[in-house]
Amino acid sequence: MSRHGLRLALLYAAALLITLFLLIPVYFIFAASIGPQNSVYDFPKPLVPQNLSFDTLSFFLHYQGVPEAFKMSVEVGIIAVAVSLILGAPAGYAIARYTFPGKNVLQLIVLATRSFPVIILSIPLAVTFLSWNLYDTAPGVGLVHTAMGLPVTILITAAVFYGVPVDLEEAATTLGCTRIGAFFRISLPMALPGLAAAALFTFVGSWNEVFAASILTLQNHTLPALVLTSLNIAPLQFSFAAAVILIVPSMVFIFFIRRYLVAGWGQVTK
Amino acid sequence: MADIQIQQIRKTYARGQEPAVRDVDLTVRDGEFMVLLGPSGCGKTTLLRLLAGLERPDSGRIAIGGTDVTDLPPRKRQIAMVFQSYAIFPHMSVFQNIGFGLRMQHVSRSEIQQRVHHAAELVQLGDFLQRYPSQLSGGQRQRVAVARAIVMQPAVLLMDEPLSNLDALLRLQFRAELKKLVAELNTTTIYVTHDQVEALSLGDRIAVMRSGSIIQVGAPMDVYDMPATTFVGGFIGMPPMNFLDATVVSANGHTTVDLGGQPLDAPDAVRDLAGGDVTVGIRAESIDVWDQQEPSTMPARIEVVEPLGADLLLTVSVGRQQLKLLTRNDFPARPNMPISIRPQQDKLRWFDAAGERVAPAG
Amino acid sequence: MSSRVETAGAWGEEVTSSPSVPSRRRPRVEAVAPYLLLAPSVFFLSVFVVWPAIQAIHLAFEGPNNTLTSYNFYQMTHEYTFWPSVKNTLIFMVSIIPLEFCLAFSMALIINTGLRGQQFFLYVWTIPLAISDLAAGIVWLSIYTQNGYFNSILHDLGLSQYGYQFLSYQNTFSLFAVCVVAEIWRSTSLVMLILLGGLQGIPREFGEAADVFGATFWQRLWRITLPLLKPSIRVALILRTIFAIQVFAVILALVGSNLPVLGAQAYNWYHSYQNPNIAAAYSIVILVLSVLTTAFYLTVVRNKAEIAGATR
Repeated sequence: MSRHGLRLALLYAAALLITLFLLIPVYFIFAASIGPQNSVYDFPKPLVPQNLSFDTLSFFLHYQGVPEAFKMSVEVGIIAVAVSLILGAPAGYAIARYTFPGKNVLQLIVLATRSFPVIILSIPLAVTFLSWNLYDTAPGVGLVHTAMGLPVTILITAAVFYGVPVDLEEAATTLGCTRIGAFFRISLPMALPGLAAAALFTFVGSWNEVFAASILTLQNHTLPALVLTSLNIAPLQFSFAAAVILIVPSMVFIFFIRRYLVAGWGQVTK
Repeated sequence: MADIQIQQIRKTYARGQEPAVRDVDLTVRDGEFMVLLGPSGCGKTTLLRLLAGLERPDSGRIAIGGTDVTDLPPRKRQIAMVFQSYAIFPHMSVFQNIGFGLRMQHVSRSEIQQRVHHAAELVQLGDFLQRYPSQLSGGQRQRVAVARAIVMQPAVLLMDEPLSNLDALLRLQFRAELKKLVAELNTTTIYVTHDQVEALSLGDRIAVMRSGSIIQVGAPMDVYDMPATTFVGGFIGMPPMNFLDATVVSANGHTTVDLGGQPLDAPDAVRDLAGGDVTVGIRAESIDVWDQQEPSTMPARIEVVEPLGADLLLTVSVGRQQLKLLTRNDFPARPNMPISIRPQQDKLRWFDAAGERVAPAG
Repeated sequence: MSSRVETAGAWGEEVTSSPSVPSRRRPRVEAVAPYLLLAPSVFFLSVFVVWPAIQAIHLAFEGPNNTLTSYNFYQMTHEYTFWPSVKNTLIFMVSIIPLEFCLAFSMALIINTGLRGQQFFLYVWTIPLAISDLAAGIVWLSIYTQNGYFNSILHDLGLSQYGYQFLSYQNTFSLFAVCVVAEIWRSTSLVMLILLGGLQGIPREFGEAADVFGATFWQRLWRITLPLLKPSIRVALILRTIFAIQVFAVILALVGSNLPVLGAQAYNWYHSYQNPNIAAAYSIVILVLSVLTTAFYLTVVRNKAEIAGATR
């Protein structure tokens, strides 16, 4: 084999190995939760599940508190998405379109807040939310998830609006639009897929977040918070099914926004 | 249809920076095709954007058709613009692109139909109206941009280097089409370009810009023939005008300059510069050349021979200076050959040390 | 052409032209527009990030009846799990970062070669990004639990009859190893994405030029790619370390309290022992560690002006 061919073979071998490392555990958790409930205690486990059944999954979905937690998670996610888009999209637009004094500092602050440990925020916010009547509510958790998702929303929307040439807006203004009209008729439609990606990204972040959600709720847990507090109480098949239910929506969303992932995170360092 | 009056327009982008446009005055007549020509960074695009209302001036006024538009947003100026990047809306079909401005003006559906079709026919896009920009070639996108502008029947048509993104062959073809189209429409047009050939071939008049100022305004051949400064002479024409440095000698009531051993009669206007330096400008095609010694010529030597097809471009040295000249392609030129040259007296242009033309006047 | 500053036109400004007033004296809405657009976000982040951070410090030093005290820290440090949790968190961080960085960098390089199936690999490799730390912990639990898949494979291969207890508190090394693998599995995608974003910002000609001058693959990596990638590397390291210091759900799901870490301690003190003050004290320890490591990276992986210039 030629040197080049050997190199290529090694490259694909490495890529394949990494792929297996990342995919096999996902396969196992699916295998573990597609079967009758008591199959989780089988040993040795068959690598290919023998008895296909939605028994375990349906056990989880009907477990006490799960439907409510599911609803809570969706509500929290929607609040986080809505607020971070309403606040973040204009900010992203400003960063993409304007040059102004203090721009770099502002960008840096936004970046810094994103890397701020959420553990530190949750505990004082829990105390504050008690007095604001936001403790143990969807808006309370949603707002904290907004704070976590907002910086990334700003970054992604900025990247999206960078991708819409200014010329297009200017052309629209010469053709009879106001500046705001040009934004809504030209930039916004072109930016919509990117904004949707930012929204999905925020939703996935919220859907997955467990620390703040556990700290800020007592009865009205989100799905991950419920799973976390039940780790030591509920049977193993509950956790396995929970993991699958948590993973599936995120995997689907990530599939839709995969094109934006690199653009969004690549932008981070510019 | 409208004339344009620009008075003392100034634009600075950032505090502390040099102004991009400094106190420019310009009048464009109704129906005129005015070309703003200059190297990159000279302020020509800024001036166009000021006219469009995309930038706000620091000071000065702009009037279109007698109306002061300085404080009006673009949409109230009755202008249409063709952008260098074309700025075609990618999420709209060709029809929607061309009809966009009319829709903004709430023109009736049937009239939009009719006017868009007419404009598309003018730029030969009739069969492409349902396509999307991603399905068009560069040349077709350019046509969409032009159609989108002319369909508005604007008082003033602004074009920012509309041909610069096309490859050479298309550019040549479009130049001719554009000239015909604009002549038919008879709309006042401002056209920005850095390409002097485009400027010469398209413009009714050319305004040459440098460092934010207009240096010369005139008909193409006047600007070519009588450059106001050495910069204009060097920027316009291929090859650029030759400039030779010389010292003015005044004796016996005669003013001459010495160029490589052969004194040249200088016009009266140069007499004031006696004893000082002067720059003599001469176009490459205005130098006669012989392959043998001739009376009252300058001796020169060929350095480089470049055949250009119909002509030969010769780089020759005269004394310690170099100049380029054009001659017929049957001239027996070869490198290092001694020749005789003589600039045509009536084609000599005289510039002072600052590069301003002193003679001929006018 | 002259550099354009995009301040053309004014936001939502209606025509208020009066030719007698020179334009420079008109209020410049466009000058304040960016600040107006950014203000809501900045305000929100102040309320929900900056203010709680200050509150956290206050909580950590709060005694009974609103007094100031360092007693919370005294109590925290004298609890028997405190120093193990600091030690475990640090060991965890130090073992994860280099492994994960090398893996992520290799992955980014592989994607950046533009091999066929690039899109497929990129999607599969970002799947873990979608998986929460909690779910990731459970995923690996299904593998490492005593009658899980790993032991099943060992059994099928005839290497063990009943399987090993990887998650037993008696086996500290395997506890650690299991958690490190799970965390690397979950979070390498993020590092890869940041590095890939950086790699794609490096013009291909740089590498090609190096090739023309006869650089080997390693020389090219060391002399061209890595220096140009410094900004991305720094961001990736900072983010990753801060997240590693906060590690919590993966460990709770996999090994419970067998491996105490700072994040889990803060959670327990708030949730199980209902003591927000000591929970806040723990979060302050996390904050201090985060700030120290960030400062460390900022000094060690320093950014050079010419690099910033070259990558634009």
